[in-house]
Amino acid sequence: MPRLDMPESCVPEPPLRHVRQPLPHDSARLHVQGAAPYIDDLPEPRGTLHLAVGRAAVARGTIVTLDLSAVKAFPGVVAVITAADIPGANDIAPTLADEPMLAETHVIYHGQPVFAVAAETRDAARRAARLATIEIDAEPAAITIDQGLARGERVLPDYAFVEGDPGAVIAASSDQMTGTMHIGGQEHFYLEGQIALASPGESGAMLVHASTQHPSEVQEIVARVLGVPEAFVTCEIRRMGGAFGGKETQGSQWAAIAAVAARLTGRPCKLRLDRDDDMALTGKRHDFRADWSVGFDADGRITALDLMLAARCGCSADCSAGVVDRAMFHADNTYFLPAFRIDTRRVRTDTVSNTAFRGFGGPQGMLAIERVIDAIARRLGRDPLDVRKANFYSEGRHVTPYGQTVEDFSTGLALIEELERTSDYRARRAAITSFNETSPILKRGLALTPVKFGISFTLTPLNQAGALVHVYRDGSVHLNHGGTEMGQGLFQKVAQVAAEEFGIALERVRITPTSTDKVPNTAPTAASSGSDLNGMAVQIASRTIKARMAAVAAETFGVPVEDVVFRDDHVVAGNRRLEFGELAKKAHAARVSLSSTGFYKTPDLHWDRARGKGRPFFYYAWGAACSEVTIDVTTGETKVLRVDILHDVGRSLNPALDIGQIEGGFVQGMGWLTTEELVYDAAGRLLTHAPSTYKIPVSSDVPADFRVALFDDENRADTIYRSKAVGEPPLMLAISVFSAIADAVEAASPGRGVLLDAPATPEAIVTAIGPFDAATAFATLVSNATSRT
Amino acid sequence: MNVTLTVNGETRSAEVPPETTLLVFLREYLNLTGAKTGCDIGDCGACTVILDGKAVNACLMLAAQADGRDVITIEGLATREGLHPLQKVFEETGALQCGFCGPGVILSAKALLDENPAPSKQEIRNALAGNLCRCTGYVKMIDGIQEVAETMRSVPTPALPAASKGEQKHG
Repeated sequence: MPRLDMPESCVPEPPLRHVRQPLPHDSARLHVQGAAPYIDDLPEPRGTLHLAVGRAAVARGTIVTLDLSAVKAFPGVVAVITAADIPGANDIAPTLADEPMLAETHVIYHGQPVFAVAAETRDAARRAARLATIEIDAEPAAITIDQGLARGERVLPDYAFVEGDPGAVIAASSDQMTGTMHIGGQEHFYLEGQIALASPGESGAMLVHASTQHPSEVQEIVARVLGVPEAFVTCEIRRMGGAFGGKETQGSQWAAIAAVAARLTGRPCKLRLDRDDDMALTGKRHDFRADWSVGFDADGRITALDLMLAARCGCSADCSAGVVDRAMFHADNTYFLPAFRIDTRRVRTDTVSNTAFRGFGGPQGMLAIERVIDAIARRLGRDPLDVRKANFYSEGRHVTPYGQTVEDFSTGLALIEELERTSDYRARRAAITSFNETSPILKRGLALTPVKFGISFTLTPLNQAGALVHVYRDGSVHLNHGGTEMGQGLFQKVAQVAAEEFGIALERVRITPTSTDKVPNTAPTAASSGSDLNGMAVQIASRTIKARMAAVAAETFGVPVEDVVFRDDHVVAGNRRLEFGELAKKAHAARVSLSSTGFYKTPDLHWDRARGKGRPFFYYAWGAACSEVTIDVTTGETKVLRVDILHDVGRSLNPALDIGQIEGGFVQGMGWLTTEELVYDAAGRLLTHAPSTYKIPVSSDVPADFRVALFDDENRADTIYRSKAVGEPPLMLAISVFSAIADAVEAASPGRGVLLDAPATPEAIVTAIGPFDAATAFATLVSNATSRT
Repeated sequence: MNVTLTVNGETRSAEVPPETTLLVFLREYLNLTGAKTGCDIGDCGACTVILDGKAVNACLMLAAQADGRDVITIEGLATREGLHPLQKVFEETGALQCGFCGPGVILSAKALLDENPAPSKQEIRNALAGNLCRCTGYVKMIDGIQEVAETMRSVPTPALPAASKGEQKHG
């Protein structure tokens, strides 16, 4: 029995054998031995060629010369592929046909692939790719959001939620404020970069191993570029080395290039982007500009909010529709807005197309409203937590800007009040205030911020899942579903569900790779929905087989079928027992099918985007975090001293995996809001294209005092074992770190905390603090020292 | 050129182009794919192996520089008796998620404990600062390494419980 500590809040019900157990990841034993193969570790089929891409060196322009003779002549090069060589459509876009596999005449971002080289070795392909002569007639480019807004091009139409006349209400309110905030993007930095291995099969078939969260979309796009029916293409993935949204749409291009190269050469082709190419050529979290006006009363209650969210979408739509919509869906966070305009601009820039990233726009919308709350608190001289509570959804004030009723606001409020107590918020607030009075250089800050995250794809058709389960004659079970494993432990959770259904040992359940030829037409593993959707589909498939087996058992035992129970590796009815495998053999002999698909769709969802009203989410996941930081006002250096988290995962399927998601999500969010800064030059070239210049959190950045607890409350919605999704929501707990830093900035320079932009790099912090009065600080130090002696 | 070195206690050699890195040598010539290609510039630590007792980035070292030397990779850490205590604690406590950084992290931790059997939490955090993990937040890794250090100190001889040799579930 593994000895992961079980939080008190997740004591399992007695009848459950596997579900709710804090079991390790299914691949943990292999991971620690380096024996879990990722795509680059798979044996290469005989004759495998290696690919590299040749890149455009301007952000926007027209290709006038493309001379590839030196590339072709390089030793080891087998083929050079341009747009003209693509057998099918030159289109790898997930939704609109607005992004080519290889640039044809127009270049739409700096670094865009123009051609691909297939060579005998990876080294030869990479060297040859640099030998092209590409002349481009450059045009003026829009790189930043502000440049994009000034140019006025959009990837998608503007869209707003409006209620009442927010301008008039704000003007008529007892107080009002306005502000602007820049919110940075984020590189995924999955440790395993983008990779695909395509192997041509007979009669035009293609097998693609791709590191993707969305095998069905890779299948569709590979079929599109090859010009073959989807049934000719299979996409398979056993595990990814991290994804975080960066492999939801962004894996397709590399799989498509590998497949086209495989078709043209007749040989297996592998494309693994090196890290610098990966960072420059794949989309990131959208950076945003938020302009806001808010009206409020003397208690800090918001009367109306006018919020404009402008997102840098990059060169194409990709999944920006959903991302920016989700920013809107979370611009209320946990607060009631009586009147509002939540408006958006989906700005086209001449940069790589921004994409899904854990939270999918939600974090940016949520950060905006949390900063508004902080601003109100500063203006009124009140503790921001009190202003948060004053605005929290409550009875009669519990309809969101998109018309969904927040039925469980009391869960959210109870959660923040429990965290307020357990984190000792009030006493620490007092201690910090007195510390700051006598500390001119080091300033401390504290913040407790809530999270409410809507669970379901807001594109309703994606809320479906399929499973394929077989029981073999020895009673072992083959498990397959449409979800993909990227480290989150989905396969483990779903295997626990299957083993629970059949009443068998977990070791009897064989997890198998996700493959489009087993379960077709799947949704991406995204929107935190993996276990909600696939757990249900597997339960349904398992129950179908179980019902057939129960009928065989009932006949064998001569009992009613209702009396048949599957438990402890046996099928039991009264005092009759049969080993599970024995029953499988009997069922097979009786010509009963032991294989079934399962299909699930999330119930009760409806969303009318034209009206901006509906119920896009099946339920909400709640959480809160309290963070304490120190900043050095002279250098802008930050240290996160202590973090307390209380998070709602419903009744957990696996508390060990869930706590891992919470810790990891929080630290990833902390990186987004502190050290991770994407810097482009004026030409649109990404300067931070390697870990040497782009800083994700390392072990020494993690708070030394880090306390994570699960909030005990079952999901009101009928989800798999009343659990809740956990993938994305914890990322937004890190907003507490940002607000705490802003709190410290405010202590250093009253009135300027609100000026802090994200990420709160040392540069951003000293900029927000403004001119530092060294003489006064020194005088304070001297006077403190004197008063102590 | 010929490169011959001791890998996990065995003498291994191969004819390789002179620019071959130790990482490519291990992965492509010896089929030891436990060390991963993460960034190829020595920043992420996914390729960490132990060379003559020190943790090194195999992507930054030429195979030729390792000629005649002693290399331990993740494949060489478990013994007939079972997993190394670091592997065991990482497995059981859920210290890894996607697992891609794991081999490098475990070998950095082993090199630390070989040199400093009683590291402070801060020393552990600093020793892992060259190994990027994007999934976990490092919490269980740091706790696990500290726990192993304590166990190894309290048990002077390597009498750790043998890992179960049961089937590797769910391959």
